[in-house]
Amino acid sequence: MQKLLLLGDEAIAQAAIDGGISGIYAYPGTPSTEIMEYVQASKTAKENNIRALWSANEKTAMESALGMSYAGKRAMVCMKHVGLNVAADAFVNAAITGANGGLVIVAADDPSMHSSQNEQDSRFYGKFALIPMLEPSNQQEAYDMTRYAFELSERMRIPVLLRITTRLAHSRTGVECSDPEKQNELKLPDNLRQFVLLPAIARKQYRELLGKQTQMEAASAESGYNRIIAGSDKNLGIIACGLSFNYLLENYTNGKLEHPVLKIGQYPLPLDLVNELYESCEEILVLEDGYPVIEELLRGMLNKGKKIKGRLDGTLPRDGELNPVIVGFALGKKHLQGSVVPDLVKNRPPKLCDGCAHNDAFLALNEALASYGRGRVFSDIGCYTLSALEPLEAINSCVDMGASITMAIGAADAGLVPAVAAIGDSTFTHSGMTGLLDAVNNNSPITVIILDNSTTGMTGGQTSSAFGKIDNIVRGLGVSEEHIKVLKPLHKYHDENVAIIKEELEYQGVSVLIPRRECIQTLNRRMRQKAMAKTMNI
Amino acid sequence: MKKDIILAGVGGQGILSIAACIGLAALEESLFLKQAEVHGMSQRGGAVQSNLRLSSDPVASDLIPAGKADLIIAVEPMESLRYLPMLDHSGWIITSINPFINITDYPEMEQLMKEIWKLPRYITLDANSMAKDCGNIKAANMVVLGAATPFLGLEYSSIESAVKKLFNNKGDEIIELNLKAVQMGREHALKQM
Repeated sequence: MQKLLLLGDEAIAQAAIDGGISGIYAYPGTPSTEIMEYVQASKTAKENNIRALWSANEKTAMESALGMSYAGKRAMVCMKHVGLNVAADAFVNAAITGANGGLVIVAADDPSMHSSQNEQDSRFYGKFALIPMLEPSNQQEAYDMTRYAFELSERMRIPVLLRITTRLAHSRTGVECSDPEKQNELKLPDNLRQFVLLPAIARKQYRELLGKQTQMEAASAESGYNRIIAGSDKNLGIIACGLSFNYLLENYTNGKLEHPVLKIGQYPLPLDLVNELYESCEEILVLEDGYPVIEELLRGMLNKGKKIKGRLDGTLPRDGELNPVIVGFALGKKHLQGSVVPDLVKNRPPKLCDGCAHNDAFLALNEALASYGRGRVFSDIGCYTLSALEPLEAINSCVDMGASITMAIGAADAGLVPAVAAIGDSTFTHSGMTGLLDAVNNNSPITVIILDNSTTGMTGGQTSSAFGKIDNIVRGLGVSEEHIKVLKPLHKYHDENVAIIKEELEYQGVSVLIPRRECIQTLNRRMRQKAMAKTMNI
Repeated sequence: MKKDIILAGVGGQGILSIAACIGLAALEESLFLKQAEVHGMSQRGGAVQSNLRLSSDPVASDLIPAGKADLIIAVEPMESLRYLPMLDHSGWIITSINPFINITDYPEMEQLMKEIWKLPRYITLDANSMAKDCGNIKAANMVVLGAATPFLGLEYSSIESAVKKLFNNKGDEIIELNLKAVQMGREHALKQM
């Protein structure tokens, strides 16, 4: 088979296509976005009629995928780690209903928070939901494990979680693909009550899930994704999870390891293998690109067994992603360093693009708020979060998707009037609409600014579920017509926009202002494509 | 054969196109490669880098260990210095001297160049002017790629065929322009080495 040069994300997408999925569901989120984008761009996926559209949020995506599984077909759902918080209700309960068609959930974690607000480890969710979990160490494994995950899901009638991290997701290498499978036929679950989680049924289903744990552990022992690699120096045994195995290998020339290593790629952990390593070595080093999940289990609360080294005893840093040098230090190896960075090299933080509409919107907001003083703008997750930094310093919060509107409600209830919420169009339909309904029912004295750049900007300009629908949604939620205003965020309308914002700040109820201008990046892309099409025609 | 390369620049300057060209050329020579890219937040005018590893043996880590890079290829002079701790003491820096100034405390050009000239092994080039001479300033990244070609351990013909592949759907004129840009950068580097 020919090797394709694929990102980890793309390897997963290709495997899903080859694995016979009938649909993929997702909300954009770094570092998971490219999985859906790859399927959307795939000719094979189009020819095979694979459903590949963005969902409004991760919860709706998870539920739609579960519905496809109910109907007997294979489905994939993808999200970044914090997206799994949004989908958690559906995710945890999908473990109780179980799957019909193969159902694979991809959670892309972001240790070191390259593009995220935390570095939570999705393996906790897998354990919490009591489902099998796979953690690839490289892009080839990402492909192979995805294929295996669908098979495992159907064999055990259970959803399977695939956990990856940023480096794997966004690193490219040659990947060998295997023979494609056909899509499943429509087939209802044998038991039509399987998905009805009434307490009496849920209790039975839950006991079934608990009963499957032994089988899941057996699968982890048999799949080959967990294995012990022999090493002569048994003073130390190493458990290497997922990607960390590569950083370990990098410290030895020709891939010759000196200590016994248990390479982990599938959960729940096969206890026999863990025990074999533990019994044969003096000390254990645990390498995890994320939270110390296994390390904590191995130490136990009292830590009275063998010495366990890792993130909890300071052998490795407590936070952040691993790399070859950090792992080398843990092995007692000395590393070369290049020269130091000269002092004159300055930081270059990300910023809003030149010509970005958000810039004009926040300049107007800052001026309108000047007389009230700083510290009353709650915001959200998107490009506009960058307005917290200099020179704008326009916003005071960024917590989770949709929190701008609801935090403004609470702050206004506490007496911070006026309070402002600034949220993007895609974030608004992701998780802002219900908050706005609360505000209307509460008649909160807040000014909600929906920054409408008509795309999901930060992740690279994916279609926004909100496109062309915001005004009607806001109306439908009950905001009164005279307090819904669309602004043109351009320098030439600055004074006009300041006046409108000032007026609405004084209103003692819910106002919604919608600065609307297309994202400069998507606009440029469209123009380039147009120009290209023109030259091609000539 | 092993080449560990750091590509450096500012979001939007086209370092991923350089990476793609080198990657395609390496594939043509049946080498193993891993290329870690930066996507997401920092793409918005922030400092971006990519780790590109080529080898005749399988590559383990997606990230280059500090102090082990053979080459830093930068499309911006200040960015060429940001990853010095990654560079092996015998490594080369290939950098454009055209600054991308989007911060208020950007250093004086003269001071910046002095820091680069202190390094033992470097190639500096005015990629923007050279790209303009070729017909389009947007090809500046390809000029920088060209200047790196003598250090990559790859056949020049593999690079040329990679450029053709990368710009395949953009028409012959664009392909020719980019090939010329790569050639111009290469000749400059060969003279300066």
